[in-house]
Parts: sequence; structure tokens; C-alpha cells
Amino acid sequence: MNAQAPALRDPRLNRPEPFTPRDGGFFQRDRSVHPPAYAPGYKSSVLRSPRQALLSIESSVSEVTGPVFGHNDLGPLDNDLIRNYAKDGDPIGERIIVHGRVLDETGRGVPNTLVEFWQANAGGRYRHKKDTYLAPVDPNFGGCGRALTDDTGYYYFRTVKPGPYPWRNFVNSWRPAHIHFSVFGSGFAQRLITQMYFEGDPLIPVCPILTTIPDKDALDRLVAPLDLNASTPFDSLAYRFDIVLRGQRSTYFENRTAGN
Amino acid sequence: MPQPLDYLKETASQTAGPYVHIGLIPAMAGFDIFEKNFSNVLVTPNTQGERVTLEGKVIDGSGSPLRDVLLEIWQANAAGRYNHPADRSAGALERDFRGWGRGGSDFESGVVTFETIKPGGMTDKTGRKCAPHVNVWIVARGINIGLNTRLYFSDEEAANAADPVLNLVEPPVRRKTLIATRGERGGKVVYSFTINLQGSDETVFFDV
Repeated sequence: MNAQAPALRDPRLNRPEPFTPRDGGFFQRDRSVHPPAYAPGYKSSVLRSPRQALLSIESSVSEVTGPVFGHNDLGPLDNDLIRNYAKDGDPIGERIIVHGRVLDETGRGVPNTLVEFWQANAGGRYRHKKDTYLAPVDPNFGGCGRALTDDTGYYYFRTVKPGPYPWRNFVNSWRPAHIHFSVFGSGFAQRLITQMYFEGDPLIPVCPILTTIPDKDALDRLVAPLDLNASTPFDSLAYRFDIVLRGQRSTYFENRTAGN
Repeated sequence: MPQPLDYLKETASQTAGPYVHIGLIPAMAGFDIFEKNFSNVLVTPNTQGERVTLEGKVIDGSGSPLRDVLLEIWQANAAGRYNHPADRSAGALERDFRGWGRGGSDFESGVVTFETIKPGGMTDKTGRKCAPHVNVWIVARGINIGLNTRLYFSDEEAANAADPVLNLVEPPVRRKTLIATRGERGGKVVYSFTINLQGSDETVFFDV
């Protein structure tokens, strides 16, 4: 993989340009790695999926741009789910670190981008007024957090491993343990929500939501491996989850009004 | 055999699920956790431009409103400038207008609102004039990958008729699914919209 693309060469001048903003629009989304809108095994997709084809439009400034976030938007405990809702102690559960990089399809790290995450507690219960599962809420666990990636696209947070939980799809449907992720990227067209699963979970191959993904490799990339090298001895295990957003093209020879 | 290119593959999307509010709008889930929260209010007292409310619903294939949907909007300021370094157009940048907001639907009525300003039109990279519009991204339980659409404004008929994206919509009758209707309520300007996920009058969704 190219960690860094070579400096672009302007063929008219035959000299390298020092820096070229990558504002030429995003790589076309490869829909074969994503679940289809209509996936009847996941029953609520049936009424919530368009029947008309999507209309493809070239990236314009509306799509290449997106919201910019900064450290002012975050609090000091936002990436620490063990402490950010602690009332009278730590939450119950397996202490874990989740870490990784946000990259684009060219392998470049996506710096300074917002990553948000939310999850159930160790017993599979969400802190949400609409969740009525009989497993109890944990008084010291909220279940959400957020982080900005650093200059290399790296993020990390600390939490407890979520438990599986039942849901009304088939009579006996259970979600694998998972953490929901929301990622922005540099342009609004890179916006992505996904779910991270845990290596070795036997519920993964029977989950009607996860198996909406037709591509086996794409599915496997949502499964975070255990990362003993990143664990903290006598404190926390660690899982590694890298996230890939759409790549971005350079503007080469478009009929543009602003210079590259 | 050609040599393979070494691009990575995009991470697969998954549904945001019914409890998306926990992570993205915790107050709607029923608790308070962050010092600073994102919201559906884009304006501050200093924001330039006409104050407007965007108010709408997302409707499923049975005609019922989604009551667990989350929308994000992304728009230019009143001068048609996006608050992002890749927009190098001439309009004045407003540092304190981010141009982005997020709102969840009411759990009973399904209504989603945003307090914002009407964006200015912009010029695309080929020099064409674009009608004022707001980009909308929709996620919910049952939606496997976020849906992208746009809101245009009913009182911008001439600009809408010339808009390069609206003009790609075939058949033309479907263009009206992207137009929010201007009205007034209590002295405030309200643009009403309906996003139909499926069926007759299905909203146009974009592969952006």
C-alpha cells in the first residue's frame, strides 16, 4: 500500500507541484461492499428501502465539503466510557480499549475527523427510553463517546465490552456484541455509520443485520481482532478497528473556475 | 493478467439502529452526558441571512412516519459559501456558522425540524449556477446505508429551473419531491418537506 502518494507532476511544466488539494470529488462508492437497501431478512428494511434507482451525481462543492470539528466541541472524558458517566464507581464488564485508524481508500490517514460511538452495556441493555430489555441498566455506564482523529488518522477510546441482546426480527434473533460507529471524513459524501463486531463471536454468521452485507470480505472487515499488543496489563484488553472512507481524487484538468 | 491496484475498500455501512440517539443525540435517549452537544439549531445571534425553519417527516412504504429517524443537514451560508477549506469561492465566510446540524424525529409525531438560514446559491466548478439547496442525510433502523437527498426552496422557481442537479432528475415530475414548500407560522418562515422512502411520490435519492 502507498502510505503517501508521490507529489503530482504538472505535465505542462514537467516539475512537481508542492501540494495539491484533493478536491476533485470522491471515488465512486462501490455499492457491492455495502448492504443493499432492500434486505428482507432484516425485516424493517422492507418498508424503509427506496424502490427507484439512486440518481448518480458528480461531486460538486456541496459533496466535497463537510462539517469541520475541533477539540472545542469535545469534553475531556468524551473518549472514556468507563469514566464519562461514572456516578459512584466504574461500570461492570470487560474493560477494553478500542483503537485504530480512519483511512481513505488510497491508504491516507484522515486527520482531525470526528468519530462517534455508542453501545449497550455489558448485559446488552441500552440506556435509551425505548429499550425495554429485562437486563438492567448499569448506573455507571452511559454508553456513548466520541473522539477526533490525530494527524495520522488515529483514534482510541476506552469502554466495557457490550453484551449481545435480543430483538424483534425472527422470534429468536440476537445481535452479536457490537459497537456502533459514526464517522465524518473531510466531505459530506464520506459520511458513514457502521458497526464493529468482536473476533470469535458465534452470533456473527447468524445475524440478519450483519449478513445483509453480500461481500464476505467486507463483512469480515467489520470484525475487530483482539490486539494483545495494545492491551494494558492488569487493566484492559484491546481490539483494533480500522475504518476506511471513500478515496478522494485530485482535480487534474477540469474546467474549473478556481485553481487547483 | 494486469497488476492489481492497491486501493483499500470502503468500510461497509450498517444500519444506525433504533437507539442511534444514544450516540448522536443523547438527550433524546433520555440522559445527559456531554458538556457540549450537537443540535438542530445552526444559527447563532450573529448568523447572517434569513432565519427559516425546516420542518418535515420521513414516510415509509406504508405511509407511516418514521419516528426513530435521524437527519443531518449540510449547507452553505447566506453568501453561498461552505465553511470548509475546499470551498474557495468568493462569498464571505462566517466562522461561527458551521453549516451543519443534526435532528431526530419526535417519537410521537415523527416531525423533524431545523432552525437555520436560507443558503445562498453557489457556482459549481464548471461555472454553472446552482439553486440554493440543503443537503440531507437520512439514517434509521431499517436503513442499511444512509440516504442522500437535497431540499430546494419553492420560492426559487427560476433558480430551480436552471439547477444542474434538478435537471438531471428524470422524469421531470419527480423533481417536485425535492422542493420544500414555503409558508409562514407565527411570523416565522417555515419550509415544509416530506421525504417518501418508497412508493408513489418516492423522493429522489442520490448516489453522491
